[in-house]
Amino acid sequence: MMTENIMDKKTENLTREEKRQPPTETTQMMPSTDADPVKIPKIEVSGLNFYYGKHHALQNISMNIEAKKVTALIGPSGCGKSTFLRIFNRMNDLIPLTRIEGSILIDGKDIYDKETDVVALRRKVGMVFQKSTPFPKSIYDNVAYGLRIVGAKDRNMIDHVVEKSLRRAALWDEVKDSLNKSALAISGGQQQRLCIARALAVGPEVILMDEPCSALDPTATARIEELILELKNDYTIIIVTHNMQQAARVSDNTGFLFLGKLIELGHTDKMFTKPDNPMTESYITGRFG
Amino acid sequence: MVSPTKAIVWNESQTSGYLAQLFQRTRQKRHWVDKIIVYLLTACSVLVLLPLLSILTHLVSQGISAINVDFFTKLPKPVGEHGGGMANAIVGTLILLGIAMGVGVPIGLGAGIYLSEYANHRFAMVIRFVNDVMNGIPSIVYGIFTYVVFVLPFKSFSAISGGAALGIMMIPIVTRTTEEFIRLVPNTLREAGLALGVPRWRVITDIVLQTAKGGIITGIMVALARVAGETAPLLFTAFGNRFWHSSLMEPIAALSLQIFSYAISPFDDWHRQAWAGALVLIAIVFIVNILAQYFVRRQARLLSPKK
Repeated sequence: MMTENIMDKKTENLTREEKRQPPTETTQMMPSTDADPVKIPKIEVSGLNFYYGKHHALQNISMNIEAKKVTALIGPSGCGKSTFLRIFNRMNDLIPLTRIEGSILIDGKDIYDKETDVVALRRKVGMVFQKSTPFPKSIYDNVAYGLRIVGAKDRNMIDHVVEKSLRRAALWDEVKDSLNKSALAISGGQQQRLCIARALAVGPEVILMDEPCSALDPTATARIEELILELKNDYTIIIVTHNMQQAARVSDNTGFLFLGKLIELGHTDKMFTKPDNPMTESYITGRFG
Repeated sequence: MVSPTKAIVWNESQTSGYLAQLFQRTRQKRHWVDKIIVYLLTACSVLVLLPLLSILTHLVSQGISAINVDFFTKLPKPVGEHGGGMANAIVGTLILLGIAMGVGVPIGLGAGIYLSEYANHRFAMVIRFVNDVMNGIPSIVYGIFTYVVFVLPFKSFSAISGGAALGIMMIPIVTRTTEEFIRLVPNTLREAGLALGVPRWRVITDIVLQTAKGGIITGIMVALARVAGETAPLLFTAFGNRFWHSSLMEPIAALSLQIFSYAISPFDDWHRQAWAGALVLIAIVFIVNILAQYFVRRQARLLSPKK
């Protein structure tokens, strides 16, 4: 019942956003020289510093993340991409001896505020991991888990959401006859899409993806990339990737991180053709990293 | 011939020639050492089976003659009379094991979860150390401890106190195996649960424990098998009973106690019954293990990539 309400509200939002979006879309088609290309910020990061003990892992990062767009974070290993990504659903809270400064606003609300309900935040900001992480349950139960956890009992409603989520994750046709099969029995690419379906089922607005394709073969990777392009109509997506081509293919905006600093942020087209910063250029062309 | 002791300048061809020679020279030796090691290891594994097989064959040959319907349905006969059975002891052992599980499993499981999921380093080290020490305490000491704590205050030997003694013995084993198997659950799985907006305790019960279930159940079975045949902790607690117990606050019969008293008796008939009791005791442990394996495997369907 509750979830259905959320879904209704989401479609409502969707239509409103869609009405607002066309002008933005056209302005973005033209090469822009704006330092900040973000038009509708879903997330605003300002003055972010993050420490693992004494290690200053993220240094004074400020950036906006556009709603219903794909933002790619690129950079060499250890530059803080994943740490940065995990800021948005407070996953770093789990690591002892970490410290954070600055503010991260999602829809204008500071997610590091004392009153923030972390569990609610994580339902709003879903995450897909590098290694697919199906739970040791059936395919159906994996997707239904996020609903049951809040007490959803109505079988029809759960059926509905499970099917809808699996369809959205482009997995339904492959698994509809074996929903009771173990989630560990399907292929790696299917498992990753299952994890996406599982994240979608709880009705998030933002989806974080931490190198979602790094363990997949090219075919499975292509399917996930198609899916990302499909999903950005409804969700704000932030993706960390090591694969330059992937960032170029799926993202609207790209941020380049190096040694914990945000070196450059801009439209993906521009970042990959004529970046402002020479470091960005040399990283993208493979001269270091 | 090139000798390594002479101070010579080693070049490419000299080095490879020397190595080839060495290789040839040691070939025969390597071959034999390889063979001998394999035979030694095979012999060791046969020696592992040998005691088990000889115990089993001895038990069966000695005890099978005393196993009949009466053995499972009748009470022990008074001294001098033939026949009778160990029905009360069999039931008593099952009851004691049930109580032991009621005591040992929740505490051991809880402590194991705490150690692996929550405990900070130093506190966990202390608990782990205490746990290992507990594991090494002789079982008779558990019996005396339980006697003082559970028997004296109630002024009666009882099934409860016997079960409690066995349960306390189970705690360290269950704690240790639970902790070890929960540690094996990949952290990414926990993070995936938390990232889905699942509260921590639900992540533990629904995901972590589900994943580690097989190992944890095996640990519980190992603990159960270990205490099932214990006699010493029951001497001052369950005490043994030649009749049916009428409540759990009364002395209760147990197979191990019955075996003990029959084995030291001077009667051939009782000796045979003692062997039969031992056979039944092993069978109980065996059946419980197989049942547990069966349930674990049925559940493990979801864990394995097969099917």
